[in-house]
Amino acid sequence: MNNAPSPTFFTESPEWGWFIVVYFFLGGIAGGLAFLGALLDLFGRQEDRRTSRIAHLIAAPLVVICLLLLVVDLNRPERFWRMMFRLDDDVLQIMFKYWSPISFGAWGVGIFGLVASLLFVGVLAETGTLPRGLAFLRRGGLGTVLTAISGLLGLFTAGYTGILLASTNRPLWADTTLLGLLFLLSGVSAAAAVLMLVGHRRAHPGTVRWLGWMDTTSSLLELAVLAIIALTVWSVVQEVLDGGWGILLIVGTILLGILIPVVLHWRPRLLGSLTVPSAALLVIAGSFVLRTVVVLASERAT
Amino acid sequence: MVQIPEPQPAAYAAEPMGFYTDTTVCIGCKACEVACKEWNGLPARTDETAGGPAYQLSGNSYDNTGGLSGVQWRHVQFIEQFPNEDRSEGRWLMMSDVCKHCVQAGCLEVCPTNAIIRTEFDTVVIQADVCNGCRACISACPFGVIEINPVNNTAMKCTLCYDRMQAGMVPACAQACPTASIQFGPIADLRQRAQGRVDQLKAGGETRAYLYGADDSVLGGLNSFYLLVDEPEVYGLPSDPQLPSRNIPTSSTLSALGAVALGALGVVGLRKRRMDGFAAEAAAEGGGTAIVRDEPTGHVREEVRGE
Repeated sequence: MNNAPSPTFFTESPEWGWFIVVYFFLGGIAGGLAFLGALLDLFGRQEDRRTSRIAHLIAAPLVVICLLLLVVDLNRPERFWRMMFRLDDDVLQIMFKYWSPISFGAWGVGIFGLVASLLFVGVLAETGTLPRGLAFLRRGGLGTVLTAISGLLGLFTAGYTGILLASTNRPLWADTTLLGLLFLLSGVSAAAAVLMLVGHRRAHPGTVRWLGWMDTTSSLLELAVLAIIALTVWSVVQEVLDGGWGILLIVGTILLGILIPVVLHWRPRLLGSLTVPSAALLVIAGSFVLRTVVVLASERAT
Repeated sequence: MVQIPEPQPAAYAAEPMGFYTDTTVCIGCKACEVACKEWNGLPARTDETAGGPAYQLSGNSYDNTGGLSGVQWRHVQFIEQFPNEDRSEGRWLMMSDVCKHCVQAGCLEVCPTNAIIRTEFDTVVIQADVCNGCRACISACPFGVIEINPVNNTAMKCTLCYDRMQAGMVPACAQACPTASIQFGPIADLRQRAQGRVDQLKAGGETRAYLYGADDSVLGGLNSFYLLVDEPEVYGLPSDPQLPSRNIPTSSTLSALGAVALGALGVVGLRKRRMDGFAAEAAAEGGGTAIVRDEPTGHVREEVRGE
């Protein structure tokens, strides 16, 4: 302990395990989907709506799963409500601490879930699965407002998880202020990959190309952020990513999740019809590995 | 001669109270640990709570209680400093560790349920009936004090015997300490007493003696502070503990800038494609070929248009 590279090595692990890893991963994708869906709805063309519908249809169930994961990860899940409300002299009041990421995160993701669900209903109404009268949720001023809010809350959900880690005193998490940005970029990149994987056959070619552009740009920015983290807190990174975590990050996220997909986007004929789904799958897997390494490696650091 | 406060008939006045731990007189008897467990009804370390078979010897000096946890609110550290293999010279350091009841408390700052409160004695207490076990406080504490108590599944730590203080009693550990290594009282008095002891030690030749956390340089001041004779790290204490909120402004700003950049990139990509689309349509109306830029990759190609 005398040679600890940072004061963060004197702390205890909160035992945030697989539930949190999966929550961060799915939250990043859900947030990214809402953001990309909003961009396509608000600034795209009519033919982009095929893809934006898919984005909204996937985002909402993912946020619901995220909220469930948040609850079941608690040691006392039946007291989840105390995260949102408090009893003052037997009067129920809002519990909100803007300076506590776990508090504003619970509210942010909760409201995101609500808005994403409304858009989900709107999309099903548009496609005739639900009564068409409900399609107003996707149209006019209300649709625009809901879509914009969903996009912003999506970005929030994708990024706040990194800020949550930074506002601790744990090794690596609290030693850099870039995890929020890193998770945001990774979430958007993985969401673009999900849309390409699920919808590339039905989507307009222009939409697929735009998704590829978003994926590649986010991935390269993610790589740059990873490099900056490594350079700025190298001694901490060395200590935390010892024992195979570093290799997992380099192979799983940097090589397979970023560099190979970028090459596949650059040379789209390399694997024929398998190029787009292969690149997408690798990006999604890389995003999962990133969160696994960042969360679990620090958890095991002493 | 150190004066130990006697139990009072009524509650203490609402003023900052705390512990001053003089590590130079700790003899490692662990009476404080026993008294704490007995008063607070905390179980012994078992298979479940210690992560190993019950009553297993740790192999770490004579310390078999490991460290602070949800069921171990006091812990006496045994630090052996023997530079030579034959152990012909060296020294033992012992320190009864506990929650620091920081004036600026990271755990209190992050707690999303307000389960962690500051009392009228300026101490920090977790209300077990409110805590939902999110464990944010565990990672926020710069000293690694808090853990989950497996009995009630909530985060727990030293309360500085809040219940005893309300009844005008000395906390159990301080009362049990046979050498007055753990002293309890108003913080202002304790600081004065501790500084006197440092001066005494220095006059006696122990020039390494100093106070850790007695002034406001460490998290605004620690309501449980220590007299140490080696670097803080030797005792498992960080030299420069920080509040978890320190990273929020920068981290949020960087994320917001990234979000704006991604939004701008996305919109530019879509706009460019729309403009290229208009150009392509115009060219198609005119017939012949059109120069079309593949959006958003920027590749330029020639496209034959209909009549």
